[in-house]
Amino acid sequence: MGRDVVIRVRDLRVGYGEDIVLDQVSFDVYEGEVFVILGGSGCGKSTLLKGMIGLIPPFAGRVLIDGDSVSEDEERLKGIFRKIGVLYQGAALFGSMTVAENVALPIQAYTRLPPESVNVIVQMKLGLVNLNGYENHLPSELSGGMKKRAGLARAMALNPKILFFDEPSAGLDPVTSAELDQLILQLNRNLGTTMVIVTHELQSIFAVAQRVIMLDRQTRGIIAEGDPQYLRDHSQNQAVKRFFNRVVNTE
Amino acid sequence: MTGPETDNAKPYQVSRDEDGGMTFSVYGNMDVSNAAVLLKDLKAEVKNDSPSSLTVDLNAVEYLDDFGTLVLVELKRLMSAAGGKFHLVHPGPKIRNMLSLLNFDAMAEPVTFIKKRSPNLFVRIGDAALGQLSDLRYAVFFLGSVCLSLAHVCLHPGSLRREETISTMQRTGVDGLPIVALISFLMGLIMAFMSSVQLEQFGANIYVASLVSLAMTRELGPIMTAIIVAGRSGSAFAAEIGTMKISEEVDALFTMGFDPVRFLVVPKLVAALVMVPILTLFSDLFAILGGLIVGVSMLDLTAGAYVAQTLKTLTLFDVFWGVLKSGVFGIFITWVGCLRGFQVQGGAASVGQATTSAVVSSIFLIIVIDSVFSVILRYWG
Ligand SMILES: Nc1ncnc2c1ncn2[C@@H]1O[C@H](COP(=O)(O)OP(=O)(O)OP(=O)(O)O)[C@@H](O)[C@H]1O
Ligand SMILES: [Mg+2]
Repeated sequence: MGRDVVIRVRDLRVGYGEDIVLDQVSFDVYEGEVFVILGGSGCGKSTLLKGMIGLIPPFAGRVLIDGDSVSEDEERLKGIFRKIGVLYQGAALFGSMTVAENVALPIQAYTRLPPESVNVIVQMKLGLVNLNGYENHLPSELSGGMKKRAGLARAMALNPKILFFDEPSAGLDPVTSAELDQLILQLNRNLGTTMVIVTHELQSIFAVAQRVIMLDRQTRGIIAEGDPQYLRDHSQNQAVKRFFNRVVNTE
Repeated sequence: MTGPETDNAKPYQVSRDEDGGMTFSVYGNMDVSNAAVLLKDLKAEVKNDSPSSLTVDLNAVEYLDDFGTLVLVELKRLMSAAGGKFHLVHPGPKIRNMLSLLNFDAMAEPVTFIKKRSPNLFVRIGDAALGQLSDLRYAVFFLGSVCLSLAHVCLHPGSLRREETISTMQRTGVDGLPIVALISFLMGLIMAFMSSVQLEQFGANIYVASLVSLAMTRELGPIMTAIIVAGRSGSAFAAEIGTMKISEEVDALFTMGFDPVRFLVVPKLVAALVMVPILTLFSDLFAILGGLIVGVSMLDLTAGAYVAQTLKTLTLFDVFWGVLKSGVFGIFITWVGCLRGFQVQGGAASVGQATTSAVVSSIFLIIVIDSVFSVILRYWG
């Protein structure tokens, strides 16, 4: 069964100012897949994510989300933004709003549900990330991991077609992190949500990833692509081997 | 080519049985796109009929997300409030998973978020008073630690962060010069123009020079400069420190063994202490220039006469007094700006408040201090 491509990245070149962080990056993400972006710290994973969702304009190449080009055309971007949800590396909760208000914001803006029903939805969302009871806390009153989970609840507020996660499990304890993996799988299976995840947690990768790409700082591009188990056991690339086996680079 | 008319087609069928029960057979999707409409319609059906029991048949539902679940939850609650029974039948495996993931069975009780209770008037007044008191205490404490840090830097000049101080001087002083100069120039112009209307009647045009120079060096120069610095730099200090506070940078400084006050406040204080008086001198100069231009172009005074009259009026003490005042203004602008920055708590909104408050408090302090100086001069001079 040939699956539909929901994100198509072609020859993407992204960076900041004069610096090119990634060059000639091409890959596809298929509908309903859990796709993981790997790589060492500072290799440009967050940058790639921002390039994919139109937060930083690419120097070259293009990105298509659901057939629409991620360009600087505002109307088109808005259409794309309705289809995606993003969890930022720093959670990016609005500090002046409570957790419940943060999650309710997109729901109130884009659905016509009455306020009580919005509350029920918010409660369900927070239940999914195990944050019941923190509805009225301000983000500054949450721990780092709790912020992350609240950010997750907000990212999936409208059940977008594609969810982008920048290091969802950073700052979570192993148990919560495993629960989050389960949640990701559940949402993926039951709602068919496509997930694009940036992470370096090996356990998470093996638990959730159906396909991975690995970025590298030196080559400024993709050095491996495929099934994580297969890459771990059969990759010939030294950097890939080191990553999966947690070996220190001694060269 | 148009398809069949589907406008009014509702994505559900209603059937009723003889003992007052009601069944909805929903088909298609129950998701974020149609939940609001579905919820409204189904609730209306139930309210119309008040059935003794309600069954929702999910056999033909292809996709259900939490918004679809919301519809079911609300129906269930409606029934339980009316004392009727509620059944779900034929959920598919995915739907069953979704319902258990969302804890559907436990959602019978309506939730009310315990809203932040808004306490009664007396409690709020008391809270506000206590808040003010602790603010005041912190302000005094902060003033103390600023003085201590300043003393420390005086004793150990090497501990001053020199580059930071110089770049703050540039941002506070050099970058602020154009606007200070322009505003002072215009003030001089306006003052000369307004006073000349009166003085001309007495043929006392030359005293325009005295009026402009004296008023500017003694009062308006320092005040205008200080207000501009408060708006430009006092707000910047508050925003900078406030942002550092919420991103834990201040904590980082602290745990690295730096005294945040010494590290952040002292360079700003030194910069303001040097630059505000200098800006004030420029302000005096440009105001006199403005007056001169009005005097020469409209009042038939010669530039020489105007300058001579200005020099005759001004004593060194006047200039010194203005500069002294402006130095004190500079200290208090920095103090309030940094204080408000350190008082930031929570998020971005708090930084905004701190910035506003820094400017408003500075302007207030400038006026108060100016009055104090006037009183001192009155009894001493
Ligand atoms: N706003 C920015 N301006 C300039 N350079 C940046 C900016 N953000 C990141 N960079 C640079 O881009 C490169 C990639 O950064 P990026 O944040 O994408 O890394 P990452 O792979 O997400 O790392 P990590 O796993 O640590 O989050 C780094 O070398 C970094 O210095
Ligand atoms: Mg990153």
